[in-house]
Amino acid sequence: MSSAIVVHELTKSYDGVEALRGVSFEVGEGEVFGLLGPNGAGKTTTVEILEGYRRRDGGEVSVLGHDPADPPRALRERIGVVLQQSEFHPLLTVREVHRMFAGYYAQPRDVDEVVALVGLDEKRDARVKTLSGGQKRRLDLGVALVGDPDLVFLDEPTTGFDPVARRAAWEMIRALRALGKTILLTTHYLDEAHRLADRVAVIREGRIVAIGTPAELIGEARATEIHYRRDGEPIVIETEEPTRVLHELTGSALAAGEELVELEVRRPTLEDVYLDLVDSEESAEP
Amino acid sequence: MNLLLHQLAYEQRTFWRSREAAVFIFIFPLLLYALLGSLYSGEIDGDPAVDILLAGLFGYGAANTAFAGLAIILVGRRELGILKRVRSTPLPSGTYLAAVLLSTLVVFALQSIALLALGGLAFGASMPENEAGFAGAVVLGCLCFAGIGVGAAALIRSAEGVSAVVNVAVLPMAFLSGSFGPTADYPDFLQAIADVLPLTYFLDVVEGVYLEGDSLFADPTALAVVGAWGAAGLAVALRRFSWMPRER
Repeated sequence: MSSAIVVHELTKSYDGVEALRGVSFEVGEGEVFGLLGPNGAGKTTTVEILEGYRRRDGGEVSVLGHDPADPPRALRERIGVVLQQSEFHPLLTVREVHRMFAGYYAQPRDVDEVVALVGLDEKRDARVKTLSGGQKRRLDLGVALVGDPDLVFLDEPTTGFDPVARRAAWEMIRALRALGKTILLTTHYLDEAHRLADRVAVIREGRIVAIGTPAELIGEARATEIHYRRDGEPIVIETEEPTRVLHELTGSALAAGEELVELEVRRPTLEDVYLDLVDSEESAEP
Repeated sequence: MNLLLHQLAYEQRTFWRSREAAVFIFIFPLLLYALLGSLYSGEIDGDPAVDILLAGLFGYGAANTAFAGLAIILVGRRELGILKRVRSTPLPSGTYLAAVLLSTLVVFALQSIALLALGGLAFGASMPENEAGFAGAVVLGCLCFAGIGVGAAALIRSAEGVSAVVNVAVLPMAFLSGSFGPTADYPDFLQAIADVLPLTYFLDVVEGVYLEGDSLFADPTALAVVGAWGAAGLAVALRRFSWMPRER
């Protein structure tokens, strides 16, 4: 698999404060890559360097084979950007905004098709100022797609969404993946990264602290947990051999004629792994 | 070229769709002319008052449209993230800015025509003696004040304050430079301030081409001052202008 994005030892400081302290990762073509981390960890700084908005202090960066610090027009033809915060002209309609942006690209997609893809069909002649927050985010995504990009940057695409809107956005991102687009997604929602990303990097205080598929991160990090209550007290057993331990546990309970109250076998979620990573890092700080 | 026209079409659409812009930028100088033209009669310094006022409001229109208007558009778009968003597309930033400038020029040219029509029909004001020179003054005024406008946009930090700031600059300048009537009776210190303002010199150029039939280039000193102000604004913009919104 060739790489759409290569980041090697990327560093960036703002007024002497190190925002990125040597970040490295690669994103393969057609991959959905999630950059996960708390606020202020360096997610947006990383993405904005890749988008060409900010200059790096050090390290190597390649986006579709180009240096984003000096982007040729050919690169801008092939990327789509959804910013964390941006607006469009309030007095233009949804369709007009798409048309205006479509005009910037050599080979844009059909405007009405894109409007339909992001679910704004009914709103296509509505002015931007009349759209709800969620509809504006969909407009954002539509505009990012109108140039038919190979690589799409999504900076916290579902922040502030209600659960229904979030599911709809996830479906859209999956549809993009099915089209073969490479997607770099930043998020602070663990379930979002878990469901959407082929691979995830956890970034904290300007460093990548873990990287891999969600399954790898979960598998490496933690044992299975068995929960139940005895005399009202919660019991947690962590084990690498859940089958044997559970068998022994239920066997002895049966023999004693006891009920294991609220018995539950839990695989750790990405959230557990993430919180572990963040916590261990925090306690490691001087 | 196609891209420039494409963007110009959308610039025009957004401008005229905004009632605020259309009223404040386009109508306001016409309204002031209608008002002042009805108040003053007779002559100012040997020329018909309605002519001097027409030239004066033409100058005010240049400052209002290109300086105030452009600064408001650019700061507003920057703070909304519109400029940042456009920056990641293949549209060259030079083409984008050229379209914004050209759109401003279109608005000011239409305003100039409306001003002449209003003056001619309502007050019997003179038509330009040097028509090509007058058209040149439309472009010159637009470029000079657009330069100041982008410089101001680079320095003004907040979208909420930009309207107030530019009006605090433009209205007193127009007053001191004689856009709204003769300044001969002003105290010396006000005239001294007027002597460094670009609009004062721009009005000299306008009165030359409009009333005397002079060439646009008849007064090199005035042209130099006007050009220097525009260039200074542009220099500030080149050093300080950002496409990114203020950090929040």
